Amino acid sequence: MELIVCVKQVPGTTQVEMDPVTGTLKRDGVSSKMNPYDLFALEAALTLRERCGGHITALTMGPPQAKSILLEAVSMGADSAVLLSDRKLGGADVLATAYALSQAVKGRKWDILFCGKQTTDGDTAQVGAETAEFLGVPHVSNVTAIEDIAEDHVDVRVDLDTHVMVQRLPLPCVLCMDRDVNTPRLPSWKRRRELTEEPIEVLSVADLPDPDPKRYGLNGSPTKVERIFQPEKAAQRQMIYGSAEETAAALTALLAEKKFLQEV
Amino acid sequence: MAELVIHPEQITPEGAKALVSLCPFGAIREKDGGIDIGQECKMCGLCVRKGPKGAVTLQEDAPEKTDLSDWKGVAVFCEQQEGEIHSVSRELLGKARELAAVTGEPVYALLMGSGVMTGAELLSRCGADKVFVYDAPELETFRIGPYTNAFSDFVRKVKPSCVLVGATNMGRSLAPRTAARFLTGVTADCTKLEMRPDGNLVQIRPAFGGNIMAQIVTTRTRPQFCTVRSKVFPLPKAGESAGEIKKMTLSPEELFSAVQVLEAAKKPKETDISEAEVIVACGRGFKKKDDLALAQSLADALGGQIACTRPIAEAGWLPQNRQIGLSGRTVAPKLIITLGISGSVQFAAGMKGSEFIVAVDENENAPIFDVAHYGIVGDLYQVVPELLRRIREGNYGV
Repeated sequence: MELIVCVKQVPGTTQVEMDPVTGTLKRDGVSSKMNPYDLFALEAALTLRERCGGHITALTMGPPQAKSILLEAVSMGADSAVLLSDRKLGGADVLATAYALSQAVKGRKWDILFCGKQTTDGDTAQVGAETAEFLGVPHVSNVTAIEDIAEDHVDVRVDLDTHVMVQRLPLPCVLCMDRDVNTPRLPSWKRRRELTEEPIEVLSVADLPDPDPKRYGLNGSPTKVERIFQPEKAAQRQMIYGSAEETAAALTALLAEKKFLQEV
Repeated sequence: MAELVIHPEQITPEGAKALVSLCPFGAIREKDGGIDIGQECKMCGLCVRKGPKGAVTLQEDAPEKTDLSDWKGVAVFCEQQEGEIHSVSRELLGKARELAAVTGEPVYALLMGSGVMTGAELLSRCGADKVFVYDAPELETFRIGPYTNAFSDFVRKVKPSCVLVGATNMGRSLAPRTAARFLTGVTADCTKLEMRPDGNLVQIRPAFGGNIMAQIVTTRTRPQFCTVRSKVFPLPKAGESAGEIKKMTLSPEELFSAVQVLEAAKKPKETDISEAEVIVACGRGFKKKDDLALAQSLADALGGQIACTRPIAEAGWLPQNRQIGLSGRTVAPKLIITLGISGSVQFAAGMKGSEFIVAVDENENAPIFDVAHYGIVGDLYQVVPELLRRIREGNYGV
């Protein structure tokens, strides 16, 4: 079974602030980590490999520093890794990202492509579905369990909010794993130490089957971020100070006035 | 094509240093007295706008003239399960009416399933000028192939300018898949939508766990897809006037799917805090699990539900389905009282839509007071018992 897992390097924290002068994000320091949602996808692939054997490739798109998360993936048990890195990929939205990832997958031999549910920086939860569309294969989002696997199909449990479903998908297919569906293993430091050479294949846009720069990065992105800003604070608020008696009295009066308290 | 061009002749050594420190992504490095832009570049354009004049320029081809005038109207994908229309779809129809009024264009509802004509009739009274229905046995359960084909057929034939989709598990799977087929943009989890007179939809959404808001437009391609979570927009009442219902058909090839549904079952009904009208939410201000009884009593007195922050759910003090926030539920009750919650942005993002927010916390500077309408600075262990006593005694003394 040839398994590919998409991973992404994200900022180490979501506590980002805006620079009031430039109006852009302050990204002080270089703290970054693997997108935590991707760990569930990687663990799902590792578990599946234990069951049916095979080979796992971790795939990411990002700057050269993103190698660190690929090494983490390999330390967790992935067999090889691919980094898609190019200045032409900068400024990519969902469509351009999904197209680039699908191009990195095309031409390879693969059975299942795993994605995490979403990332902690963009939070869109859309790249997996779009990648599947570009690859022309079925996908399922919110996969909570892999029930069964055979030569030519995989049975997965899917969470559809009010319903649950078990679907049988032909291979190849894309599975977007839900959060908290397994307990991701820790990277093996022994494995990490034994890595003699970086098992990372680095690709640029020119290496892709479709090297047309218009399809990638800012140029290939139909959405445009016009501005970013910090969320507004509540317009009118009233602060009450005082003893418990005083504050409770004020609140009770207010709740009664707003009809939250009905005479019994 | 857009490309950043470096003009070395415009760059002094000081200018180079300024550019290096300006780049928020660390993509600009000094090189041979000038600069070089690396693969970290996100094309944010800050170096162009704020850097030394003329040092870096953005070279763009004249935008390709694409004729978007054929694309008209605001469409809503209406999700149904066993014939029942999801409330988010009706909320979006209400919003679609507002958006469409700006440009004077029609509102469309798109419905797919098996035996869903009753739902179509309801939608025709919820603000849709036209309801397009794909009714076929193959569409009974959600499978990505046939659903995307039906969605695409609708987009090709009707050419809506905007498509709004509920950010449910189904919507988050289907909207991007269909958008990718039309090589157009899809903006996830919008919290605010505004129509410009020129037909471009202004989409505002949180990123970085709600710490930053982004304003996004899709100007070159159509349709403009976006997803919106439940309860972001108000639920309009069904009216009298009914729009037209149009039955649509697909070819057997379009209805075919190699995906089989082996099992489909309704989840057992859980207490759903997102439906509650009154919520009492507990945070780390509570010292032990037993003390949550205090919050429960208050919730009971107000006829509400109790809910909590992530740390409380993670400690196992309350089940996860009672957790509010980005990693939990989004709620928008008429009243929410937060007790001992400092108000992380992740939490606030899940309850900001509440009509009336009362916060009780000891720390006057807690961020919860930034989102609260009414803030009490005090110890919940003192305030809540006093509050309960007054409510029990019917002492509402104004």
